Amino acid sequence: MAGQAAPAAAGKMAALVAWIDARFPMTKMWNEHAAQYYAPKNFNVWYYFGSLALFVLALQIVTGIFLTMSYKPSAADAFGSVEYIMRDVEWGWLIRYLHSTGASAFFIVVYLHMFRGLLYGSHRRPRELLWIFGVLIYLALMAEAFFGYLLPWGNMSYWGAQVIVSLFGSFPVIGDALVEWIRGDYFISDITLNRFFALHVVALPLVLIFLVVAHLLALHEVGSNNPDGIEIKKVKGPDGHPADGIPFHPYYTVKDVFGLGVFLVLFAAVVFFAPELGGLFLEAPNFEPANPLLTPEHIAPVWYFTPYYAMLRAVPAFAGTQVWGVLVMFAAILLLFFLPWLDRAPVKSIRYRGPVYKVALMLFAATFIMLGYCGLKPAVEPFKTMSVIGTIYYFVFFLAMPWYSRIDSHKPEPARVTK
Amino acid sequence: MSAAGRLVAAIALGFAAAANAATTGWPLQKAHTDVSSLASLQRGARNFVNYCLGCHSLQYMRYSQIGDDLALTEQELRDNLMFTGERVYDPMRSAMPPDRARVWFGNAPPDLSLIARSRGVDYVYTYLKSFYEDPSRPTGANNALLANTVMPNVLAVRQGAQLPRYEERKGADGQPVQHLAALEPGAPGEMNAQEFDGFVRDTVAFLEYVSEPAKAQRQALGVWVILFLLLFTTLAYFLYKEYWKDVK
Repeated sequence: MAGQAAPAAAGKMAALVAWIDARFPMTKMWNEHAAQYYAPKNFNVWYYFGSLALFVLALQIVTGIFLTMSYKPSAADAFGSVEYIMRDVEWGWLIRYLHSTGASAFFIVVYLHMFRGLLYGSHRRPRELLWIFGVLIYLALMAEAFFGYLLPWGNMSYWGAQVIVSLFGSFPVIGDALVEWIRGDYFISDITLNRFFALHVVALPLVLIFLVVAHLLALHEVGSNNPDGIEIKKVKGPDGHPADGIPFHPYYTVKDVFGLGVFLVLFAAVVFFAPELGGLFLEAPNFEPANPLLTPEHIAPVWYFTPYYAMLRAVPAFAGTQVWGVLVMFAAILLLFFLPWLDRAPVKSIRYRGPVYKVALMLFAATFIMLGYCGLKPAVEPFKTMSVIGTIYYFVFFLAMPWYSRIDSHKPEPARVTK
Repeated sequence: MSAAGRLVAAIALGFAAAANAATTGWPLQKAHTDVSSLASLQRGARNFVNYCLGCHSLQYMRYSQIGDDLALTEQELRDNLMFTGERVYDPMRSAMPPDRARVWFGNAPPDLSLIARSRGVDYVYTYLKSFYEDPSRPTGANNALLANTVMPNVLAVRQGAQLPRYEERKGADGQPVQHLAALEPGAPGEMNAQEFDGFVRDTVAFLEYVSEPAKAQRQALGVWVILFLLLFTTLAYFLYKEYWKDVK
């Protein structure tokens, strides 16, 4: 009986797939993006962060949907509704901590994912658009995080939003009107909270999902880069597939599941044992309700914004306006878009690049972390001087790249990927 | 300069107006609370309803939740913690009307549901232990940690009197100023110093529990979640190695 039933069931399954495939490119898409998407076989640990970012995005959307079921976006009820989630909603505390920890985890994996690009030249031709979609995702993510941070309506939510929105007020002529337009009121209020809620739960998730799809389509069009920075499509095997490529599924799906496991152990350690992470992921003043009359002693944005916050504070007022710091902060992010054309080295991967880029990149990573640290601290010495030095180096790293990436020495790239 | 511009300038210069009572730099003492001790939390709950709830609400904490978490029956809750006409699932609200409180104290007593998370347990512990006699204040008491607090020293009966010892120091302008150096015991109260520390510690432990009732469940569950994930990751690793055997 069983021996007869199995082929019959398989036959029915195949018929169903054929029925769908005649109407929707299901098998075609699966093959193009997984089973017959050939990825280089030499991915190392840096290549886990793309799939992890995708996982965290899904996690944020799912936990976000459940939070939305119990959260109330109004100045009168928002803070209380978060405590209601923490206390009265079944598993509400877990959903909330997954979401709050997920926000920080998103930035950690995205920063590592971007650094991987700098290491192996993943932004270089022919992946310029792939990189630009990535930077747009990063921008959308920062906006998403900023809007989301207001929603708990804690005192740091309130004053953080107040400070960041006020930045737009430093623009000449239109500044005050612009700030009023963003807030929809003369101060951060119920109206601001409602529009930030709409942007956080509808607008930006849609933008993020669209950009992630574009990012993946661009990736699968040009093919993945690898730690050797060479194009595996150049050398094809007898079957017509890249000789150094392996199908993404099952090889990288199973490898990424292992990577996900490691990530989840660390993630769960934070969620269950240190959801505040010493005030880095959830800040102590945010356990007090928003109070327009009571400024927290020290306003600092959440850690993932602090490198840019340090740059903002590093630039002094000039010609009677503070707008320069704001411009420097925006310029620091916009520079990322031009990276594919700033880098002029004949090789992509750090493995074959000379000592100048190696030192410059390591210094850049250290500088970014240092700026992040300074942004968490009050603007006193030595953090002021460190912020100024860090800001200058951040710009030197990018703006001098066309010059130093060319004069640097290089090793020849191999024809095939190495272990 | 616009208001927004001024604010940016203020942030850039690194000062934010501290509108709350000045923090004095008084050293914090370690609370050494133990939220896993039911007895300590039960004593803390009793202390809170007897000495704090008159003025301070715990608006996010239900009596019934305390019953569930601290192993108290509804009858025990009614006998020991509920002294007015509340229902057992009601939140712990103070009977003091906030608008009257504002007239009496100049400031409504804050809700304490989250005080242990927003200020930290060491802060609350030190604050409760740092009241001293100061006849210049309307309540006759001042606080070394939160200068010129409007809260009266409600625990004086238990702790006994504390008297300030001042030292002369040079102020910013070079003129000598009186600086609060230490608190010294005055007339004894109902408890000795050790008993009083335990009394405050229990109360703070209760507030720590109230600030996040799910904490014990979170940590207990976390151990199992991480053990499961370690097992899952180990299996995933062997599966990955098995698949990758044929990649060369």
